[in-house]
Amino acid sequence: MVSEGELRLPMFLARTRSKIEQSFIYMGEITDLAVQTVQQLFRGTLERELLIAQFDQVGVRSISIVVITSMFIGMVLALQTAYSLSEFGGKLFIGKVVSLSLVRELAPVLMSLMVGGRVGAGMTAEIGTMRVTEQIDALRALATNPVRKLVLPRVVATTLMFPLLTVVSFFLGIIGGLVIAVFTLHLSANFYIRSVITTVKYNDLASGIGKTFFFGFSTGLIACYNGLRTTGGADGVGRATTTTVVTAAITVLIMDFFLTKLFLLSF
Amino acid sequence: MTETVAIDRRAEPRGVPERRTHARDVFVEFRDVSKAYGPKEVLRGANLKVLRGEVLVILGGSGSGKSVTLRHILGLEAPDDGRIIVEEEDITDLPEEELYRVRMKFGMLFQSGALFDSMTVFENIAFPLREHTDMAEEEITRAVREKLELVNLPGSEHLMPVDLSGGMRKRVSLARSIVLDPKMILYDEPTTGLDPITGQKINELIIDLQSKLNVTSVVVTHDIQSAFSVGDRIAFLNDGHFEWVGRIEEARDADHPMLREFLRSSAVVAAQPTKQ
Repeated sequence: MVSEGELRLPMFLARTRSKIEQSFIYMGEITDLAVQTVQQLFRGTLERELLIAQFDQVGVRSISIVVITSMFIGMVLALQTAYSLSEFGGKLFIGKVVSLSLVRELAPVLMSLMVGGRVGAGMTAEIGTMRVTEQIDALRALATNPVRKLVLPRVVATTLMFPLLTVVSFFLGIIGGLVIAVFTLHLSANFYIRSVITTVKYNDLASGIGKTFFFGFSTGLIACYNGLRTTGGADGVGRATTTTVVTAAITVLIMDFFLTKLFLLSF
Repeated sequence: MTETVAIDRRAEPRGVPERRTHARDVFVEFRDVSKAYGPKEVLRGANLKVLRGEVLVILGGSGSGKSVTLRHILGLEAPDDGRIIVEEEDITDLPEEELYRVRMKFGMLFQSGALFDSMTVFENIAFPLREHTDMAEEEITRAVREKLELVNLPGSEHLMPVDLSGGMRKRVSLARSIVLDPKMILYDEPTTGLDPITGQKINELIIDLQSKLNVTSVVVTHDIQSAFSVGDRIAFLNDGHFEWVGRIEEARDADHPMLREFLRSSAVVAAQPTKQ
């Protein structure tokens, strides 16, 4: 007699195979969308009004979330550094630790996760709703390329805005650290700022900011792709939005590892 | 009792034999078109000719593939098998960029209207003009107002789609679809979801546009009253084939059992045994 375990194994294998196939299809289609987006960019079909609207949506409207996140990250980092390195006179290293952690990792990654979640979910929900209400088909029926009209401005906006927001995040994080250094740890502001300036080198900035071009591009692309393939009404829009938030976050973290290695080799 | 008739799936559509048509009289032609979504075969070797200047009504039950047929005409979907010819040009394998040129010949009224939510009525109708013409803003304004008057909605330029009723949405969508003066208008369930009076107004609008714009139209519906109000010919889609194609006045006497059943259920023909 066949045991239950033996019956389940082929089903499990079939399901795993199907998942792997779906992953390859997903990656293939998203690469195809990336190629189409870049092609549209080089055809000179970028519309200024659409781009400005997306700069506003991705950049300006994300400022508040970046301010809050970055300030508190800087403050917590300063406190934790002082606490954990107190035996070794850690207070003196606060400027170095806060600035280097922020510029190389925390500002780019946390900003990309936070802003990526916000704008990625919004983009997928908007395009997904257009998809299920036949607006994407209407665009195509009106002889208009949805990639040029919808995807290109969004991907360009995320690609250019993520680095700018990272710079803002970095400075605000430093200010957060400064607040703790001065008011809690009673260090001089002059000492803290000098420590930051002498620590951060151009290659640190290039590594930290350079990564966010890739984070922005991938987040915008994932958000648009999930929107364009949405099916199944309001429920489908909800699922697509969740998929975007999760996929974009995982992609940022995985890319961060490989890009960090690449930048360490390059600089 | 209704007689059952064995139907030869590969045969030419039944009904009244079509007059011999010159290729130039045919606007759109389906040649053995098949389309499946997963295991579900929606079209199975479908053959159809849409003649220039006519209103062809595609009748069929829910899920029979009527809307899929329209999407194939527009090139929004590609068939798995068979050819689609538009004005003597085979569009079956054209890439998306090439299809945009073909789509300029068509205007499409989507079932839901498919108006762009983020734009006003004016911007929705002006959209194709801004995309595909170099018209000045004053000319665009004039063209939009003209089309809104044509669909009996003057003065609604500033409204957002969310402020419109179902009938108004369809009329605005119709105005948008005709703003580039297409050669053919495709209507996907134009009266579905509307009350009978509004539905009748949409039917009158279709007839009115047909005479004013001198276009070819394909109307997909399962609303028999609408079909008989607007159509010149009927194509009955069942089981993936156009099983009966003929003139509208001859549909009442059609010997196709499913079509008769379809018409009888809508009280177009009296409840009587199927004619031999």
